[in-house]
Amino acid sequence: MGGLEAGHVKPTEHDYEFWEKNVDAMLVLLTSKSPKLMSVDQLRKGIESLPPDAYEKMSYYERWIFSITQALQYNGVLTTEELSRKLEEVQSRYETEEV
Amino acid sequence: MKTSSTNESDTNNTAPTTYYQFLEISVRELLIEKGVLSAEDIRNAVKEMDSRGPELGAQVVARAWVDPQFKQSLLQDAPSAVKTLGLDIGPVQLLVVENTPEVHNLIVCTLCSCYPRSLLGLPPDWYKSREYRSRAVREPRSVLLEFGTDISDEVEVRVHDSTADLRYLVLPQRPAGTGHLTEDELAALVKRDSMIGVTEVCFSAI
Amino acid sequence: MTPLFQTGNAVRVRKGSPPGHIRTPFYVRGCKGVIERVAGEYRNPEELAFGRFDTPVVPLYRVRFQQQEVWPDYQGNPQDSLDVEIFEFWLEPANPEKT
Repeated sequence: MGGLEAGHVKPTEHDYEFWEKNVDAMLVLLTSKSPKLMSVDQLRKGIESLPPDAYEKMSYYERWIFSITQALQYNGVLTTEELSRKLEEVQSRYETEEV
Repeated sequence: MKTSSTNESDTNNTAPTTYYQFLEISVRELLIEKGVLSAEDIRNAVKEMDSRGPELGAQVVARAWVDPQFKQSLLQDAPSAVKTLGLDIGPVQLLVVENTPEVHNLIVCTLCSCYPRSLLGLPPDWYKSREYRSRAVREPRSVLLEFGTDISDEVEVRVHDSTADLRYLVLPQRPAGTGHLTEDELAALVKRDSMIGVTEVCFSAI
Repeated sequence: MTPLFQTGNAVRVRKGSPPGHIRTPFYVRGCKGVIERVAGEYRNPEELAFGRFDTPVVPLYRVRFQQQEVWPDYQGNPQDSLDVEIFEFWLEPANPEKT
C-alpha cells in the first residue's frame, strides 16, 4: 500500500489477546519447522487475496488465521473435512458452555 | 505488559465468541491431535513472545551510546554484536541504522508488518495500519510531524521499507546533557517509537 | 549465485506486474536507484508463496532511491531517500548518466 492516499496516523495500540498470540505462535512454529509446513509468503499471499471489503472488515489476526488455515489445507497438513468437523465441535462446545 | 493468560495454554480470560476465534481453536487442536505441533510448543512460543519487548532494544541502544567499539560492530554486524550482550535474536537478519545530525532514519513495512520483534516485541497497531504503511514512504516528514517529530530541512530523512528478509532497528541520537547518566539510566530513556524512528529520544534535567 | 551488482552500481527496477505474490513494491517499479549493499541470498518469495520451499536462493539487494525519483511531487529535502530490499531478478543495470 506504499504511497496510497490515507488519513492521519492514529497512535493506536492494544494488548494482544490470548487467541491472537496463539495465532502468531502457530505461524512462527509452522514456518520455522524443518521441513516447513507453510511459508510466511503463503501467509501474505492469502491475505492479499482477500477482497478489499473483507480485508477491511477483518482484524489483523483474523486475516492471519484465515490465511494460515488456507495454506495448511493447500499444503495438505489439514483436510477440509477435518476442519469442518472440528469447527462444528468447537462451536457447539462453547455454545453449550454458555447456557 | 505481560498478561497472566500465558501461564496455561488453555487459560482464556474471555470465552471465544467469533468465528475466527473458533477457527483458531480448531486449527490449534487439530495440529496438536495430528502431532504436527505440541501444546507445549505453542505455550513456549507464546512465552517467548511475551519475553520480548522494547526494553531489549533500549539495552542495545544504551550500550552503543557508551561503548563506541560496540556501536561500530552493531552497525556492521548487528546479529553478532547483539549476541555479545547475551541476547539471542535467532536467525533474524537485523540491520541497525544510525541517526546522526545529518540523517534521520524511519522504518516501515509497506507490504505487511515486518518488525524487529526479537528486540521490540510485537508491533503497535498503528505500525500495521493502512495510514502508516501508505504514507511513511511518500510523506515521511508529515508522518513524523504527526508523532510530534520535526526534522529540520537540512537533515536527510531516510525511509527503510522492510520488504524482504531484513529487519531494521533505528539507533537514535543520544540526547544532550546525558553525560552523567549510567547505562541503565540511559536505557530507561529509550522508548520503542524512537527505535522505529517516529520519535527522538528526549531528556530533560529536572 | 554470484551477485550481478555491487554497492554503488546504478540499477533500474523492472516495470512488470505479474500475477502472484510480489515483494517488489509497486511504487518503485520502473525507478532508478543505486545499490546500497548486497544483502545476502534468500529463497525467492514469489515461489515460497506457492508452497515451493526448496527453489535456489537468489541475491537480495538494498537499493537506495531519491524520494524525488520515486515521487516527482515530493516535498522536503531533495536529499531525502528511500531504501528498499529488492531481489536481483527485479533489477537491471541503469546508465548513471541518463535519467
